[in-house]
Amino acid sequence: MNFGGILAGGKGTRMGKTDLPKQFLMLGEKPIIIHTIEQFLISPVIDAVIVAVPANWITYTQDIVEKYCKDEKIYIIEGGSSRNGTVMNICKFITENFKDEDNIVVTHDAVRPFVTQRIIKDNVELCKKYGATDTVIPAVDTIVESKDGMVISNIPVRSQMYQGQTPQSFNVKAFMDEYNALTEEEKEILTDAAKVYVIKQKQVGLVMGESYNMKITTKHDLKLAKLMLNNLNEEEE
Amino acid sequence: MINEVIKLVSPKNLETFFQDEKYTDETVIVRPTYLSICAADQRYYQGKRKQEILDKKLPLTLIHEGIGEVMYDKQGQFKKGEKVVMVPNTPVEKDDIIHENYLRSSKFRSSSADGFMQSAVYMNRNRIIPIGSIDESVGSFLELCSVSVNAIENFIRKAHPRKNVIGIWGCGSVGYLTTLILKSYFPNSKIIVMGTSREKLSYFSFADETKIITELEPNFYVDHAFECVGGPKAEDAINQIIDHINPEGTISLMGVSEEFPRINTRMVLEKGISLLGNSRSGYDDFKKTVEIVQNKQIQEYLTNIISETIEINNINDINEAFDRDLNNDFKTVMKWNI
Repeated sequence: MNFGGILAGGKGTRMGKTDLPKQFLMLGEKPIIIHTIEQFLISPVIDAVIVAVPANWITYTQDIVEKYCKDEKIYIIEGGSSRNGTVMNICKFITENFKDEDNIVVTHDAVRPFVTQRIIKDNVELCKKYGATDTVIPAVDTIVESKDGMVISNIPVRSQMYQGQTPQSFNVKAFMDEYNALTEEEKEILTDAAKVYVIKQKQVGLVMGESYNMKITTKHDLKLAKLMLNNLNEEEE
Repeated sequence: MINEVIKLVSPKNLETFFQDEKYTDETVIVRPTYLSICAADQRYYQGKRKQEILDKKLPLTLIHEGIGEVMYDKQGQFKKGEKVVMVPNTPVEKDDIIHENYLRSSKFRSSSADGFMQSAVYMNRNRIIPIGSIDESVGSFLELCSVSVNAIENFIRKAHPRKNVIGIWGCGSVGYLTTLILKSYFPNSKIIVMGTSREKLSYFSFADETKIITELEPNFYVDHAFECVGGPKAEDAINQIIDHINPEGTISLMGVSEEFPRINTRMVLEKGISLLGNSRSGYDDFKKTVEIVQNKQIQEYLTNIISETIEINNINDINEAFDRDLNNDFKTVMKWNI
């Protein structure tokens, strides 16, 4: 089976004064996270959607899912303390409830509601081929590396550079095996799930993202997202 | 639900828009899979409609011929992945006499409502029909077949019963489909196709005869005729039909012309000819079309007029498809991956 894994573990500290975690802010007539869940819910290649949120937001998420997109294929579970912890919680939930060696999870940031059906489909297809995928777009700006934050240590060739987005997809069993084999030290430095594969020298297929598959993390991003949905006037009111 | 919709903003200029779609229990979400370019879409794309029409209608999501697979139906009436044809006509009132595609209030996709160039199409459940075993590429232009079915059903209701010889003017896609479907309705009638291109006419193997329009014998007469020419040449075709039709025959008009054709009405009056207008189609026409096209032999004939199938992954591919369609004799099909 193929699962959507919606990562909504964060509490949105970057958004400013808002009390609601950013994934729950309204975009048009629905919270951001609902738009994201819906894209996975209607995808022909996804069988069920697992939504991982902070423990004290589970009931709230249940309420809004009930209100906007109630469906028996949506499961709301508790996220972890880190990004990979949240991915692991989703994997554990899948393993405990849907026993299948070939289970695939397409993990996606709750705050990227402009993910497209094509991107989701490509993730599932390439994950079957490589065992794992990462969604990227070619880097537009030159990437400059500085190890000390004061002077340049390296300027990589731009044509070989990509910016990571989500979804990131994995075979559930293989990801859990790889993650469990990491040392505690390794687990701490790994903020990105695809990196679990990279440090073990396993292949991760590239799915082409879209520039508009943006992550809504700042007030500016939210304004842009509302503009994209033609809701600028509403925003200004 | 956020939906990715591609709109024509000005001639040859397509852009991606995002729309927050509303859905109710009556909505079935369909992912387009195979779409086909119609001459009407091409006229918008090339900017060949009058400027005031373009000003009024753009930005517009093009394409009204297409099939897709069901993504989501909350009521479960349609199965996920089920292949369906999408009916572009959407009536907003019920009328016991007038057919839904002739009601002035009806909405039509890629004209007065969003067409099918979308990531997901939000269809009312009474506007989709499962296509069964119909080949998907062929399914992409079931709509055009249903336009022929609508015209033939009109013809059956309104034309007199002597149907020994029926003439079809036009050897493009509409002429081809109308001839093919008419033959399945009237296997005993002699169906003769008139065209300008010997090469295109050679595709019409199921017709009883084909003729070049400049080579019609003076004593050649048909009981009824279908005009499938459209455009500036429709005028010549209609006047030639008037000359070659028997008294009280019916001319079923199917071609769209931007300019008003000048017609020999003196002879229309003298012969008591009926001019029968036909446009678009409704749900019942689609139902009949899907039944007719289940026939494998008909599907084979339909496959023969797919000039080209183009994979669509982005807006550049769509531009390419519209450009190449201009040089294709028959249908250009888009395999929709957006």
